[in-house]
Amino acid sequence: MQYESAETPFIRSPFGRWLAMPQLLALAMLFAPVLGFAQDAAPPVPDKGDTAWMLTSTAFVLLMAVPALALFYGGMVRAKNMLSVLMQVFVGFSLITVLWCVYGYSLAFTTGNEYFGGLARLFLDGTFDASAGTFALGATFSKGTPMYELVFVAFQATFAAITCCLILGSLVERIKFSSALVFLVIWFTFAYCPVAHMVWFWAGPDAYTSADVAGAATATAGLIWQWGALDFAGGTVVHINAGVAGLVGAYVLGKRVGYGKDPMPPHNLTLTMIGAALLWFGWFGFNAGSALEANAFAALAFINTFLATACAVVSWTFAEWLFKGKPSMLGAASGAVAGLVAITPAAGNVGIPGAFVIGLAAGIVCLWGVSGLKKLLKADDSLDVFGVHAIGGALGALLTGVFNSPALGGPGLVTDWVTVAMGYPGIWPQFVIQAKAVGLVLVWSAAVAFIAFGIVKLVFGLRVSEEVEREGLDITEHGERAYT
Amino acid sequence: MKLVAAIIKPFKLDEVRRAVADLGLKGLTVTDVLGFGQPARREYYRSAEYAYDFAPRTKIELAVDDSIVEPVVEAIGNVARTGQGGDGKIFVLDLAEVVRIRTGEMGAAAI
Repeated sequence: MQYESAETPFIRSPFGRWLAMPQLLALAMLFAPVLGFAQDAAPPVPDKGDTAWMLTSTAFVLLMAVPALALFYGGMVRAKNMLSVLMQVFVGFSLITVLWCVYGYSLAFTTGNEYFGGLARLFLDGTFDASAGTFALGATFSKGTPMYELVFVAFQATFAAITCCLILGSLVERIKFSSALVFLVIWFTFAYCPVAHMVWFWAGPDAYTSADVAGAATATAGLIWQWGALDFAGGTVVHINAGVAGLVGAYVLGKRVGYGKDPMPPHNLTLTMIGAALLWFGWFGFNAGSALEANAFAALAFINTFLATACAVVSWTFAEWLFKGKPSMLGAASGAVAGLVAITPAAGNVGIPGAFVIGLAAGIVCLWGVSGLKKLLKADDSLDVFGVHAIGGALGALLTGVFNSPALGGPGLVTDWVTVAMGYPGIWPQFVIQAKAVGLVLVWSAAVAFIAFGIVKLVFGLRVSEEVEREGLDITEHGERAYT
Repeated sequence: MKLVAAIIKPFKLDEVRRAVADLGLKGLTVTDVLGFGQPARREYYRSAEYAYDFAPRTKIELAVDDSIVEPVVEAIGNVARTGQGGDGKIFVLDLAEVVRIRTGEMGAAAI
């Protein structure tokens, strides 16, 4: 309380922007002597409300993967492959969480070069000093407002793990369980960690103490951060990254036996609906949690996540009704996920007008992604990871640059972290920056995925045999059945 | 004696059972079957459209005395009809013999 009143003249505004609160500050200064506020304040400690919100958000994101994503995907495959999908997601999520704590966090979120972090936090070394009993602090987007680094480690672990699991949707019903896991390890190491570093790693607001050191502080950040690209919760890092890898996987792996000839209807759209609904729920932690504090920008991200998703459900459903004849449950569930994906980079970076437009556009564009575009691509991207995540993610990332504009109801962005001045470079310049970020992540992920799938194919083989595929992966790979 | 075998839409089963019960018939046998005919069932999943050659139908079979064949066939036809394609068929076959297993009764007494 002392510290905040005396030393924190700002509340955090959008993704790293600050709003001065001169009146509050003046009031605090006025009463400081009366209230006995110390003039030389103690170092800041994390806010308990922020900590509680971030721990809650972290658990929300875990729910998005297990069970939500597993059920969303599992309901769309045939009954004979249900458990294989649940297992790929469950074990893939766990494996990446382990690797995150071994080296992934360090590669992504410590100082290194513009592409990779360093190895300073291997096995989370240094996050907790047992002898001194002290916890390391990380940055939020507000000066003098740290968070426990372990909270950030856990929050980001869920992002890394669910991103890897998203890719599985392109590979289901034919990939070997072992090969899926090996691929995830390689792709996580050489695509997820560096992209997270490029987009999200920076020195934090407290490093910007004066104009003299600002340049040096920025130079330690990831490449795409330095460009000035906005990605609130992972349009590039999570969705384009995973969606592109999925499409590459669908090409390298080949089509399922009987694809285009035999019916392959979803075996349980009830589970798919439950999965989509739980994704919507968990996504509040994903997006609003990405504010890193329980503040106004968490609230903005929350309502945008709520509104854009509802918009996308409506637009997908009506577009499908109009063009395909019937409004389907699978369509409504897909619309929800499309809206969630597209609003992810925008969540705390756009205003309400942005949420309306991005949500409505996502439902229609992603419907095209899973139909017209899918026919052009000629790949068996089984559960449409590319059509929903890469297309929705790219749409959201590009429109984030547009609707960040204060003229379009957006909050703008921080143009100077020393003074925390807000501004906006203009729709076209920011759009170009966003497009560069989209392009780099697209190329990076595609290249890593192609090499990783190639290596696994050469060394272990990617696919199960045709007989195994016909019998189903549940019995053959896991020795059990989902339904008896 | 005749065997009346009717292929009907599954959701018509209860109405058909009531209709034949109203005629005083005491039993019938029901089987889930798949039928090939008009129209093919179509389903849409995102971009995928699947046409199913076999449509689920319900088959009922009942043994009746010659005197009641006509009203039974008429009753089944009336309640099972929707006017859409795929309403089904009714087959009437000669029945050579009937045996009630519990008592050993044969012929019309066993129906």
